[in-house]
Amino acid sequence: MTAMIELADAEKTFTMHLQGGVELPVVRGVSFRADPGECVVLSGPSGAGKSSILKMIFGNYRCDSGRIGIRHHGKVVDLATAEPRQVLSIRRSTIGYVSQFLRAVPRVATIDVVAEPLIVNGVAREEARARAGQLLRRLNIPERLWTLPPSTFSGGEQQRVNIARGFISDLPILLLDEPTASLDAANRAVVVELIAEKKTKGVAMVAIVHDDEIRHLIADRIVDVTSFAAAA
Amino acid sequence: MSELSSLENDEPLLLAEGLAKNYGRLAACRDVSFALYPGEVLAIVGESGSGKSTLLQLLSAQLAPSAGQVSYRMRDGVLRNLAELGEAERRFLFRTDWGFVHQDPAQGLRMGVSAGANVGERLMAVGWNHYGRIRDTASTWLERVEIDTGRIDDAPKTYSGGMRQRLQIARNLVTEPRLVFMDEPTGGLDVSVQARLLDLMRNLVSELGLAAIVVTHDLAVARLLSHRVMVMKGGRVIETGLTDQVLDDPREPYTQLLVSSILPP
Repeated sequence: MTAMIELADAEKTFTMHLQGGVELPVVRGVSFRADPGECVVLSGPSGAGKSSILKMIFGNYRCDSGRIGIRHHGKVVDLATAEPRQVLSIRRSTIGYVSQFLRAVPRVATIDVVAEPLIVNGVAREEARARAGQLLRRLNIPERLWTLPPSTFSGGEQQRVNIARGFISDLPILLLDEPTASLDAANRAVVVELIAEKKTKGVAMVAIVHDDEIRHLIADRIVDVTSFAAAA
Repeated sequence: MSELSSLENDEPLLLAEGLAKNYGRLAACRDVSFALYPGEVLAIVGESGSGKSTLLQLLSAQLAPSAGQVSYRMRDGVLRNLAELGEAERRFLFRTDWGFVHQDPAQGLRMGVSAGANVGERLMAVGWNHYGRIRDTASTWLERVEIDTGRIDDAPKTYSGGMRQRLQIARNLVTEPRLVFMDEPTGGLDVSVQARLLDLMRNLVSELGLAAIVVTHDLAVARLLSHRVMVMKGGRVIETGLTDQVLDDPREPYTQLLVSSILPP
């Protein structure tokens, strides 16, 4: 089988030098895989290390030991040891990440925030904006807001902009950190639809969702993160 | 991305090997080695006195290293030691293939001549001699950096700080350099002006596929502009990696201190 993501014994510990070098073990022995078209949901209580695992798969947190195999342009790259340039290339064309919070550049219009991942992959600006508009419309962001920077939006609106930005690309891997957290029922349903569409396109996803109903709707497999607890 | 640029990307544009600079017994910069690739933006962060400005001067051939060397891939594809370049080659780098954005725009501009001449001068230095074309190109660049073209005949001494900095950027980019050095480019500006400038620089860098080396003490600038970051302390590079990785998961005590000292937005 050709897994898109395959973690083997991945481990993460924070060393807090400002607190006298306290070691804060986060996870150890993290091993699971995600295949094309599959949505793996990480479960476990708050603080169990779910977000840390997603950040490790994105290369945002460093992995202290073990392996994070990512299928990138047909070859498996170990993200745990990849060069910064490789990680950037993987983020540009293989892994998308929908974080809990939007971190946008001040002053950039919402429509451009959403269109940007397409533009960096060479899609013409007009087409990228058109696709961004379709997605924003689906996520019920009124057109009069598109030219404004999202920093002034409500929490739920910002999260939807973030989702649109994450879902716009045709990347084969998507990481979703609580994509439905601050959304109302109608918008949650849209996100569930978007995830289903990604599955039919063969996208491998790893998600964190606290809502049991949503988890039930999107999960093909559940990985219990408490088994990776790095009890000191 | 075009076939050509992805091919080029496999070879570094600039290579620093064991760079050091001593001032008497003071080691301002010690054993710095890294490779910069085309289209890559590298931020050098650290507090005053950490050696970051010295490093920038070494990298841009404005200062001779006490040890080590800097090599640069010229447009013919050959990697050349900067210390061994002839005068004509050096001039080509400074006037055409490199840009240098100073913290104080007065250092990078001619304050008494018009904005159009400030931009046009770099073009004339590389042999442009058609007045109309120079003026058209200058005015296109003023638009790109969001300066009202009605101000083309005004001297930068009549401009605000933010406009001067944008003009300095236009002057640098008009010759289509492949590498731009920036020394605290948002340093002396108001916060609102900084955001606009950062946004502009970020777009230009990605549209033009520029490589850049940005010295800053402001981690927010590093986060917005750079792909990679080097943290300096006491003349040494103490931590390096992807920008978001170093800022979100800092390893070294000093980097953790820097990151934890940022005020929440």
